[in-house]
Amino acid sequence: MTDPRSAVADVVIVGAGVVGTAIARTLARYRLDCVLADAARDVGTGTSKANTAILHTGFDAKPGTLESRLLARGSALLREYAADTGIPVEYTGALLVAWTAEQLGGLPALEENARRNGYLAVRRVGAGELYAREPALGPGALGALEIPDEAIICPWTTPLAFATEAVGAGVRLVLEAGVTGVSSFDGFYELATTRGVLRGRWVVNAAGLGSDVIDRMFGGDGFTIRPRRGELIVFDKLARSLLRSILLPVPTARSKGVLVAPTVYGNVLLGPTAEDVPDRGDTATTAAGLDLLMAAGRRILPGLGEEEVTATYAGLRAATEHADYQIRVDGARRYACVAGIRSTGLSASLGIAEHVVGLLGEAGLALRARSSAVALPRMPYIGEVGRRPYQDAELIAGDGAYGQIVCHCERVSLGEVRDALASPVPPADLGGLRRRTRAMNGRCQGFFCAATVSRLFDSRPRSGLVPVAEAAAEVRRP
Amino acid sequence: MTVDVLVVGAGPAGLSAALELRRLGVGSVVVADREAEAGGIPRHSFHTGYGLRDLHRVMTGPAYARALADAAVAAGAEVRLGTTVTCCGPAASGGFGVTMTSARGIETVGAGVVLLATGCRERPRTARLIPGDRPAGVMTTGELQQRVYLGHERLPGRALVVGAEHVSFSAAVTLAHAGARVVALVTEYERQQSYAAFRAGAALRWRVPVWTSTAVRRVDGRQRLAGVEVADLRTGATRFVPCDTLVFTADWIPDHELARHTGLDLDPGTRGPAVDTLLRTSAAGVFAAGNLVHAAETADIAALSGRHAARQIAAALGDVGPTAASVPVRAEPPLRWISPNAIAWGAGGPAPPPLGRFVLRSHEFRRVARLEVRQDGRLLGRSGPVRLIPGRPVHLGAGWLARVDPAGGPVQVTARA
Repeated sequence: MTDPRSAVADVVIVGAGVVGTAIARTLARYRLDCVLADAARDVGTGTSKANTAILHTGFDAKPGTLESRLLARGSALLREYAADTGIPVEYTGALLVAWTAEQLGGLPALEENARRNGYLAVRRVGAGELYAREPALGPGALGALEIPDEAIICPWTTPLAFATEAVGAGVRLVLEAGVTGVSSFDGFYELATTRGVLRGRWVVNAAGLGSDVIDRMFGGDGFTIRPRRGELIVFDKLARSLLRSILLPVPTARSKGVLVAPTVYGNVLLGPTAEDVPDRGDTATTAAGLDLLMAAGRRILPGLGEEEVTATYAGLRAATEHADYQIRVDGARRYACVAGIRSTGLSASLGIAEHVVGLLGEAGLALRARSSAVALPRMPYIGEVGRRPYQDAELIAGDGAYGQIVCHCERVSLGEVRDALASPVPPADLGGLRRRTRAMNGRCQGFFCAATVSRLFDSRPRSGLVPVAEAAAEVRRP
Repeated sequence: MTVDVLVVGAGPAGLSAALELRRLGVGSVVVADREAEAGGIPRHSFHTGYGLRDLHRVMTGPAYARALADAAVAAGAEVRLGTTVTCCGPAASGGFGVTMTSARGIETVGAGVVLLATGCRERPRTARLIPGDRPAGVMTTGELQQRVYLGHERLPGRALVVGAEHVSFSAAVTLAHAGARVVALVTEYERQQSYAAFRAGAALRWRVPVWTSTAVRRVDGRQRLAGVEVADLRTGATRFVPCDTLVFTADWIPDHELARHTGLDLDPGTRGPAVDTLLRTSAAGVFAAGNLVHAAETADIAALSGRHAARQIAAALGDVGPTAASVPVRAEPPLRWISPNAIAWGAGGPAPPPLGRFVLRSHEFRRVARLEVRQDGRLLGRSGPVRLIPGRPVHLGAGWLARVDPAGGPVQVTARA
């Protein structure tokens, strides 16, 4: 028998969403042995995969909060990181549109709020300019606030890039390992999981919708996750010409409103609804939710009513009873809680990771930089503003598989599917392949391609899951 | 490379057009199709009945697809498979530049005339806004047929089919072939819409009930499909129906992406590019045929539409006369659409539509109706009694064409009791 201590990682991160993977890639820059664990079969399958995919500036955050600070910092870091790694981002800017006198009256306060958050580029836009910029906007808009640096981003490539970087730097990714219990030993924790035991000196709880359950295992009781469901509708790419910017609602006392935004895949997104639900897995759409969205969409952008719907989905935000993030690092217990990230995790992820790793260092985790820099991954590009493989003559000349399109609506080539299946963090199911390539995400929803793509997936090279015991036994020391 | 005619889509319409163009002596004809095999939808429709009206024999879908592709190639058309047309626009040198991607690379082909024959697809569950979970096991007939007939997949368990048109019964047959037990066909209409003979065959052999006035209200199942909630539209009562496969059938929409990117006007009824009786679109030199302009007719009708377009194209290639004008044709509710959408007017008078008739669709059932054709309030013609069934074609002869005033307003077609 191996001495369990020999299989003890320095840090076990629980939760491989956008926050957990960001922390993992940040910790991977130091001489640490890290494990990144998730209950699901893939990274980024919770709140991270189903959201509005907006890269916020944080202009509307509550000034003075941790969220405000980390959002501003994270947003800046992610813009740079996306450019370096090939995460699709489109700098569309946003227009916060006022439709009533009450909403129009609320704009100065929002402008002031943005300034207090250190975001100074907001600007008032009159109705004339608004309609000149967004001619397809429905009648009745009175004015707007322009937030020129709001952007749209690929929510799937982001955690995948973080995880790919982390795995490349030696972090062990252990999937389908939902934490069921914690035992404390002298100097380390033993986490019982659905795939066996994981041991770590430090534990970082980035479990999103499950973070309060994990926190209680570590003796915490400061918050409870209250999942808030947001339903969204994705319109056909042929609707993309209806708008240029993200069209944000003005939040009022009665309602937060719904937004209309382009997506980096060239579609149009409408949503979200906001409904507290008891079930942490309830990502079903509802007739009432879809009706509400369609009615709002027709008011904001009447042309949407003429276009086909490509997809509908719902995501759960990991809200708590608190307004701000719930981030705490306890050095004595070698435990970090990173929770209550609500709906800003994607934009703030790298800021949160930097903050948490800083706190871990202050709390006693030895942060010794690696002798050589960690290489940033170059992610397959699945956006629309840059060049896709099917448009790249040189790439196709080198390998004809990039000219062989298997998903016609999204123009995904055989080469891209093949690459995704052989990637360092490969998909575990068709959903994972969709998030990596866009295959089957288009308007036909599989009428033409699903059978072919399924066959390609089923014939993938199977590396198989590395058993936890074996993984834990091979402790790497830099 | 420059060709006389570039055809986009190697389904029944595109292949038949290519064959006819070559027969009529058109020099160079290229057909581009994004799939690895030519033939379009019939490639994966294994039931028989194909070829009746165009080839005057009956065969299975795959045999029909091969026959059309072989004939087009034998006639001298070049069929490029695995080739996606990504862009089509006017070329500086006249004609069009058509950009295509394939494993061989990216190429822009110059074409004097472009024929769009990109076909149609079924509206999937998402586009029908049916709420619930997003489990595996929910598909369209197109996906079902490819999984079962091309992928040889088995689909054991209970299956539910949404729709009660011909294609819905065809899906039920495919499901039975794959080992599924078809629980029912469900339709929001008060009765099914298939032909009695077809229905009786499927119903007797596989004992498939049709639940009329029934709507699927919610899809249930987190990973795999668990079942659906259906509502009885007469009573409002809902119930849960467990099933492992759910197939959305019919509700066809034209695959009009290229047509729209080319800037063609769409017909608000068919949602395909608006075409006149010569199958010309709103852009000079661009024609459209097949189920792109009438989603969906049977494959042989699509093929004959392609043949009709080919004849007009061949004539247009040698024609130096003035461009023909056209008079719009509109279908009034409960009629959903009419195709073609305008009457072309040349020196010789009005040009007849493919097969000498217009094809229409209705929103509603009418046991007996007469179609009336009017222009500026003036009655041009009236059909004999016809039956209106949603999803089923209604035909209107073109005997009234000569009475149309080419300088008059749009021609309106209505259904009267």
